Amino acid sequence: MVSLNQLLFVCLTYVAGLFVVAFLAERAALRGQGGALLRSPLVYTLSLSIYCTAWTFYGAVGYAARSGLEYVTIYLGPSLVMIGWWWGLRRLVRIGRSQRVTSIADLISSRYGKSNLLAIIVTLMAVIGVTPYIALQLQSVVLSLSIFAGTDAAPGFSPVKAALWVAAGLALFTVIFGTRNLNVNERHHGVVIAVAVEAVVKLVALMAVGIFVVWGVGGGVGDTLARIDASASGQWEVQGSRWAALTLLAAAAFVCLPRMFQVLVVENDDERYLGIASWAFPLYMMLMSLFVVPIAVVGLDLMPAGSNPDLFVLSLPLSQGRNGLAMLAFLGGFSSATSMVIVATLALSTMVSNHIVMPIWLSLRSGGATQSGDVRNVVILARRLSILLVIALGFFYYRASGGSAALAAIGTISFGGVAQFLPALLGGIFWRGATRAGALCGLGLGFAIWVFTMLLPSFGVGAGLSAETFDQGLMGLVWLRPQALFGIEGLDPTVHAVVWSLSLNTLAFVGVSLVSFPDPIERLQGAQFVNVLDHSGPARSWTASVAGSEDLMIMAQRILGASEAQSFFRAEADAQGITGGLPEPTPAFVQGLERELAASVGAATAHAMVSQIVGGTSVSVQDLLAVADESAQMLEYSSQLEQKSRELTDTAAQLRSANEKLTQLSLQKDAFLSQISHELRTPMTSIRSFSEILRDADKLSEADKTRYASIIHSETIRLTRLLDDLLDLSVLENGQVTLRMGEDRLEAIMDRAVTTALTGAGAPLKVQRRTQNPDIMLRTDIDRLVQVFINLVTNARKYCDAAMPELLITVHDAPEGLCIDFVDNGSGIDPDMQSVIFEKFYRISGAQGDGAGLGLAICHEIMTRLGGRVQYLSGQSGAGFRVVVPQSVIVTQAEKITMSAPT
Amino acid sequence: MADRTIFLERRSYRMRRVKDAARLLPLVGLALWMMPLMWPLPGNGADPMPMSYALRYVFGVWLFLVLASGALWWRTRGTERAGDPGRPEAEDG
Repeated sequence: MVSLNQLLFVCLTYVAGLFVVAFLAERAALRGQGGALLRSPLVYTLSLSIYCTAWTFYGAVGYAARSGLEYVTIYLGPSLVMIGWWWGLRRLVRIGRSQRVTSIADLISSRYGKSNLLAIIVTLMAVIGVTPYIALQLQSVVLSLSIFAGTDAAPGFSPVKAALWVAAGLALFTVIFGTRNLNVNERHHGVVIAVAVEAVVKLVALMAVGIFVVWGVGGGVGDTLARIDASASGQWEVQGSRWAALTLLAAAAFVCLPRMFQVLVVENDDERYLGIASWAFPLYMMLMSLFVVPIAVVGLDLMPAGSNPDLFVLSLPLSQGRNGLAMLAFLGGFSSATSMVIVATLALSTMVSNHIVMPIWLSLRSGGATQSGDVRNVVILARRLSILLVIALGFFYYRASGGSAALAAIGTISFGGVAQFLPALLGGIFWRGATRAGALCGLGLGFAIWVFTMLLPSFGVGAGLSAETFDQGLMGLVWLRPQALFGIEGLDPTVHAVVWSLSLNTLAFVGVSLVSFPDPIERLQGAQFVNVLDHSGPARSWTASVAGSEDLMIMAQRILGASEAQSFFRAEADAQGITGGLPEPTPAFVQGLERELAASVGAATAHAMVSQIVGGTSVSVQDLLAVADESAQMLEYSSQLEQKSRELTDTAAQLRSANEKLTQLSLQKDAFLSQISHELRTPMTSIRSFSEILRDADKLSEADKTRYASIIHSETIRLTRLLDDLLDLSVLENGQVTLRMGEDRLEAIMDRAVTTALTGAGAPLKVQRRTQNPDIMLRTDIDRLVQVFINLVTNARKYCDAAMPELLITVHDAPEGLCIDFVDNGSGIDPDMQSVIFEKFYRISGAQGDGAGLGLAICHEIMTRLGGRVQYLSGQSGAGFRVVVPQSVIVTQAEKITMSAPT
Repeated sequence: MADRTIFLERRSYRMRRVKDAARLLPLVGLALWMMPLMWPLPGNGADPMPMSYALRYVFGVWLFLVLASGALWWRTRGTERAGDPGRPEAEDG
């Protein structure tokens, strides 16, 4: 006989082994090692087996003993769902990955426009639906322990105390391995690997008991089958309605149970594993249920009447003296219970902390999440508290219910509760017209019907609902009887509840969806969910291989620059102890890299880029909005920079041109000084030399004296004129000149100028004048204008090299003003020289005469002052100059009248 | 719709039909497993179905589905990357 202490020792050793396995797996995952095992399809398939809980392990035999083959429906539904993975699960897994879904509540809420209300409702429904199930697992462990305790008659064994210890142990395991690290994918390698180990243990245990029963007790397959046919349940007596309804219910629950969603979708590493699980999981289910009927029949035969059929798996080997087998069976049942509680708690706590605790905490704390580390700790704390809360709820439910009800009944009720998610879930992934209002109505109605027809009646007449309500209906309404809604009687209560809750749920969901209108986010999410297979490929896995590192490296180089990225990767490789290679993409490294990239491209963009490579998630609308926001900010910033740089360029160009002008001016000044010193020195030299001759030579004739003195005189005059011109030019250039405005006819001005210019002329110059309008009146500084004309005529007189010099002066109107052209018949000025003739001291080389080269410069300055200009006319027969007098200077006819009127 | 090929080469065509079979398999399984609905119940006059037969039938169907599903997986494995069969494409229905 096995003593309770022996059993506890084996049990604790087993649990310690699980801790070690989970710890090693977690460590390997963090290092990116052990990928082949951690992410193998085998582990995935085995982890799905948490569907088989203690309800299956112990309860199925009890179920078969009571209702024959009906128990098998609980496995048929999931097998069909798995075989039909091509229809629904593939889509669900793809959505889970691309939307980074963390739980079924998260999936439903994000499908319907990230509605937190919906998430809270789904979470609450899941907690209410699953808590009895967790209580059921505690109960089964305690029951199995009590079998050993009962035979041992151990003093001091208290079921409640045992349940408390089991609950505490499970809570510890879940807290340790369920909240070790927070990652976006909510994957827990330690937990999954432990669950896979437990899956093997429970399968081996149940099959060992089954083989022992069939070949050890029953005497082979043929004998056992004969014994089955001969037994009380030897005929097919399952009601068709229950058969179909329970298959449907199990199929729905398989997808909707939070713990199944966790292992099926959230912990899925590679969608191709579904293909393998599509046959491997039904195989597992088949093996798990293969020996149930033989065990039940043989148990009913051999065990004393009144013994609990739920525990035949344990009590049968014990009664046959097979202690080792009984021990194995106990471990199998223990495994079933613990793995279910761990994963269910994990899934529920994720939902509770993400959708209830965190939103409340964030709203209570004004200012929002400012520091990432800060929030991270809060999330982990919330997760741990939620785990404790869920397990505590299960424990208290177990204490309150007293652990009396048959295992199978609790399981079915729980299934009925979570199956209410099915319409919203399927509608969400297949139908774009599904709306949040529809989902809310469907879920609410379905859940209410479930509570009324299934949950409350399960507590018994008078406990959940009063006997009156059972007989007369809710509030006396006959059509609201919990087991005969709408007056339809005679249905099996389970079928009744399943059919009514699911059909009315679907009806409300579809009906309200048809008449309501979704908001934009909802429509976007709807399109993303329904069309997920069109726009996302099967993604790579998360803790990827070095291939992921290479992709990260390539991306980092593009953003950070080659040397920066290489040094970052090298530092990480050194830290990981890898020499001469790329670092493993551990979560810490990837987060660090994301931060590094975020500094360059913004947090949202960095996250989208990194998760594209590492997580294989597709970028969600939220991500895109954040990226667009960041890009807009950057664009604005860069356009500001661009504008500033353009301003700087302009300023620099202005400075450069100013500098050039200054340089030019300085050059001009130097040229001017050298010119002027030359111009002054020439007459001074002759004055000095002739005055020295007059002073030193004794015998000079009177004629010579007179000649020398007159030379000195003329040189002095030339000096004086030069100085006058210089002074004049300086005054004009400095703008200090004051114009003495006067009025005169153009003809008169011309007369004055020509007369003055030709006075005392050596060579004769013939001047011709052609004027269209001789009466033109000008109002300007007449003396200055005369000076310009004199200069031009004098120039023609001096420099015209024709044999018979002639000057033609023509006056004509032009849009820019009055043009007065002075064209002679000489050879003109070289084109090269035309641009410099208005410069100071410029004299045409080889030209005769005594000018200082200031005349044209003065003309130019004067005309600028008068608002007109003087320019060289190229393309004429000889040298030609044009003086342009602005229109404003011409006195119009009207002005003449008004001016003459007062006089 | 202009860029859709209408006819496929033999291998892709075969692959499409394998996927059709994979889609049909759960329906076949459902139909077979719902057959017991037509079996006579005790007390209805007819001979009741013995439990051994019912067991053999249910688990026989189960084994067939596992084998068929495994065979279909064997034929389709590794092809998901090449062409996404979820898209509406030619000769798909």
